[in-house]
Amino acid sequence: MNDFIAARSQMALSLGFHIVFSCIGMVMPFFMAVAHFYWLRTNDVVYRNITKAWSKGVAIFFATGAVSGTVLSFELGLLWPEFMKHAGPIFGMPFSLEGTAFFIEAIALGFFLYGWGRFNKWFHWFTGVVVGVSGLVSGILVVAANAWMNSPAGFDYVNGQYLNIDPIHAMFNDAWFSQALHMCIAAFAATGFAVAGIHALMILKKKNVRFHMQSFRIAAVFACVAALLQPLSGDISAKDVAKRQPAKLAAMEAHFHTEAAAPLIVGGIPDSKAKEVKYALKLPGMLSFMVHSDFHTPVTGLDKIPEQDQPPVAITHYAFQVMVGLGMLMLAISLCYFVAIWKKRSWLQNNWLLRLFVLATPMGFIAVEAGWTVTEVGRQPWIINGIMRTADAVTPMPGIVYSFYIFTAVYISLSLIVTFLLYRQIKMVDKLYDVSPSF
Amino acid sequence: MIYVVIAYLWAAILLYILLGGADFGAGIIELFTSSKNKQYTRTTMYQAIGPVWEANHMWLIIAIVVLFVGFPEIYTTISTHLHIPLVIMLFGIIARGTAFTFRHYDAVVDNMQKVYNKIFVYSSFVTPFFLGVIAASAVSGRIDTGAGDFLSAYIFSWLNWFSITVGFFTVAICGYLAAIFIIGETKDNNSRIRFIRKAKQMNLAAVVFGALVFWAAHSEDIPLDEWLFGNAVGVIALIAALLSLVLLWYLLLKKGKVYIIRVLAGFQVTMILLAITLRHYPNIVILKGGQYLSLMEHAGQEKTIWSLAVALLLGSIFILPALFYLIYSFQKNKGQWH
Repeated sequence: MNDFIAARSQMALSLGFHIVFSCIGMVMPFFMAVAHFYWLRTNDVVYRNITKAWSKGVAIFFATGAVSGTVLSFELGLLWPEFMKHAGPIFGMPFSLEGTAFFIEAIALGFFLYGWGRFNKWFHWFTGVVVGVSGLVSGILVVAANAWMNSPAGFDYVNGQYLNIDPIHAMFNDAWFSQALHMCIAAFAATGFAVAGIHALMILKKKNVRFHMQSFRIAAVFACVAALLQPLSGDISAKDVAKRQPAKLAAMEAHFHTEAAAPLIVGGIPDSKAKEVKYALKLPGMLSFMVHSDFHTPVTGLDKIPEQDQPPVAITHYAFQVMVGLGMLMLAISLCYFVAIWKKRSWLQNNWLLRLFVLATPMGFIAVEAGWTVTEVGRQPWIINGIMRTADAVTPMPGIVYSFYIFTAVYISLSLIVTFLLYRQIKMVDKLYDVSPSF
Repeated sequence: MIYVVIAYLWAAILLYILLGGADFGAGIIELFTSSKNKQYTRTTMYQAIGPVWEANHMWLIIAIVVLFVGFPEIYTTISTHLHIPLVIMLFGIIARGTAFTFRHYDAVVDNMQKVYNKIFVYSSFVTPFFLGVIAASAVSGRIDTGAGDFLSAYIFSWLNWFSITVGFFTVAICGYLAAIFIIGETKDNNSRIRFIRKAKQMNLAAVVFGALVFWAAHSEDIPLDEWLFGNAVGVIALIAALLSLVLLWYLLLKKGKVYIIRVLAGFQVTMILLAITLRHYPNIVILKGGQYLSLMEHAGQEKTIWSLAVALLLGSIFILPALFYLIYSFQKNKGQWH
């Protein structure tokens, strides 16, 4: 492994780690706020216990997300100094605003976690909502900064110089909305399915059924609404990417040849040398329709992109397939759940629906990681699309390989410890929160 | 507008040293507490920093964001040539933040607590040590942007006695700040006396390492005394720090108001930072061969600085009242929870 690949791997690892914790940290407060609201309105003590149990999880995830985010703010410079030297002043606006949002989040979390019984109960509830809202704002801002790398704006690039910098315009670049929307809904779906799945498993095991059932319902509604909306946001994203980054779209679809009535390629093994996809299901005209809302309009293929500007096709294509496939599965489960709520109440008593949710526990997060892979790998070889190559941005310091190994070890151990802590939290529900031993 | 940005950068660094420093100090004191008093120390500290520790560390993020948005060349020079101490500091930050949270939120209390404690106290030591090393290296004139070989480009930029002694000095300052802070949190006279003793020890350590910093600066040809005593403001600041230290110990032994004592300790650190930074202002990084990276000359374009300043000002409107209210409410009824 050379230093350049090591630097990219370390960045991918750090972001891939951080994205899970930040999704949970920004979505869980909303689940808590709902449970908390029910507790304040109904005085059903189970809801208070759910809120408290979840808030412990949030504290663990928030702290881990906060430190991994701090690490990222340094890693940008540690690994990509040449990029930060030029990009920092241009795309820094969302980061400086994000500092505020994150700060508010930390303050509100202090109020919320330590404020039980100390403040007016609605003020206390409100601080929990502030945690969620500021977390969401942070997320949107960070994604806006990433969107700028896909869709650079707010400066003139003249002879290698970055002139007439306009940070506000850079923040509201063409990609910020579609990317932020897609990411936020993904965060809700992923966290929702993960939480609902864990509670569904506990229901199936007949442990503290009331506690887990009420938790499950809150998480499942969020998850299912998000999973229903996500294909729509995905459609916006796909049309947007086709317009701004035809190379990325072509790699996602493994679309080698520009053609009219372009087929949508499902699955298959892309062969970059032979420029074809083996064993794939091809739906004629569907790609044209998806991108241009018309079955015949040609879609730019990789053949129109110079060889040295093409992203890796196989990884991007596989990651895209995984994301879409899992998204469809979650959509199907959501539809079942809504049918169950509105038409077939008996389904809710049936174990098969709960089993489906258990099965879906990791799906959302796998889809998030896959989607992140699509957007990052699909942008290669550029770090600033069309302006600066990733290889030109990397630090001159040798030995990044070792740094990558150590970071890998640290993040793996952290993941193991967090999983272990979560397991212990769930195991202790019996002792800490169960108020209905008869169940 | 550039002055607004610089003021925020300075304030963020100061607040990080004061609040984050006291926070690190809590772990440092725990490290140097005998095992029979450890549990009590831990509980007192936890009550004091639990609700605010996340917020304390935000100042570092503010400082780093101001640097990379407003002064990208300074940020990238530091992060390229001080890569190694920065990475070690980051591991310290990861280990400390997670261990602190995990030990409180682990649903089962068992031997894992020992693991969390160990990680917490050692990383509380390592992190401020390397922060000190990084700060010292930035002004030590050892960063060689033209170096060809690995050692002089990435190792000797920070591995020298001056940086190391400043690292220890930073650790002692953090421990001192924490001990002074904790004195006001104690409920009985015995523990009050114990923390006063801790504060004395940390104060002594700071003096000893401070002297070693001068020795190291002298032997490595860093004109530290000229920086500190070369201008009137620096001298006045240091004299003020010294006087307030005398006053602090007088009040402390007289059982004076804890808030005055805390303010005095904060004042000393502020004066030290002022004395160090003022002499070089607006330069904040000194490179090998006497070149400087300056906050004025190496700032971003005007529009960037303008929008950064607006973002910081806007942010303060939200952050400061909320933060004051947070600190105020948990100080007002301390000990009434958990």
